[in-house]
Amino acid sequence: MVGLEHYLAVGAALFVIGIFGLFLNRKNVIILLMSIELMLLAVNINLVAFSSYLGDLAGQVFTLFVLTVAAAEAAIGLAILVSFFRNRGTIDVEDVNVMKG
Amino acid sequence: MSVADFAFYLFALTTVVGGFFTVMARNPVHSVLWLITAFVGATGLFVLLGAEFVAMLLMIVYVGAVAVLFLFVVMMLDVDFAELKAEMAKSLPLALLIGVILLMELATIFGTWQFADGADAARAAVTPALDVAHNTQALGQILYTDYILLFQLAGLILLVAMIGAIVLTLRHRTNVKRQNVIAQMHRDPAKAMEVIDVKPGQGL
Repeated sequence: MVGLEHYLAVGAALFVIGIFGLFLNRKNVIILLMSIELMLLAVNINLVAFSSYLGDLAGQVFTLFVLTVAAAEAAIGLAILVSFFRNRGTIDVEDVNVMKG
Repeated sequence: MSVADFAFYLFALTTVVGGFFTVMARNPVHSVLWLITAFVGATGLFVLLGAEFVAMLLMIVYVGAVAVLFLFVVMMLDVDFAELKAEMAKSLPLALLIGVILLMELATIFGTWQFADGADAARAAVTPALDVAHNTQALGQILYTDYILLFQLAGLILLVAMIGAIVLTLRHRTNVKRQNVIAQMHRDPAKAMEVIDVKPGQGL
């Protein structure tokens, strides 16, 4: 019988994979953005699993908003990436030091 | 093992394997395709959980919009990905260390947690029975009433994201000939053409 913990395990595994990807592909911003999407997906799985097993629809409503923010973040991130690539000719994160911050 | 259990393990495996190869794939295009696989697996999980509306939304928003956006950008940028991948072996030990530590931390929670006593009473929006309202209907009923402000704000966030993305990527190139509609419409045939009478045997 599949219970709540099975879903939480999937969410945890996906979240760890996302963090792993962040540290593994430190130069490639596109994969970094995809890792963030994976982590948000893991959060969504957790929210929907709790929502389903607790009988509370608010979790699914919150998933909707996480989805919205994820889509907006991907769009803005890729737009910044495209304009950065136009100016510098690379997508290496370590080259993002124009402002010496 | 029942069909539902089998479906759960299938979708869970699809999601986790898809996620793993998203971060491990050598070619970014393959990464995007594995990302789509992970999203499809998660959609299956959501359907199993009885959240059909969110499942279909995930399919439309992630697979239909976000993944295609990633695919466009990957194919549009002319990046030497082999060079970026060469760095991967260097950061593998640190990534593995952090991943294993985090996994162990999360694993310590399993089996030891329980719902609080007041969890049932603290529910913000109790799911109605299936014969009263199905998932989409129930979601709509609370989304347009209790959560209307957040719903509008979500729309505003998307609008800001759209304008921001356009502002960031729009550029006006110089030295490019463009159609000037106003100038075209205000052309006067009398001034646009000049008839020159060329005498025989002479040039202009």
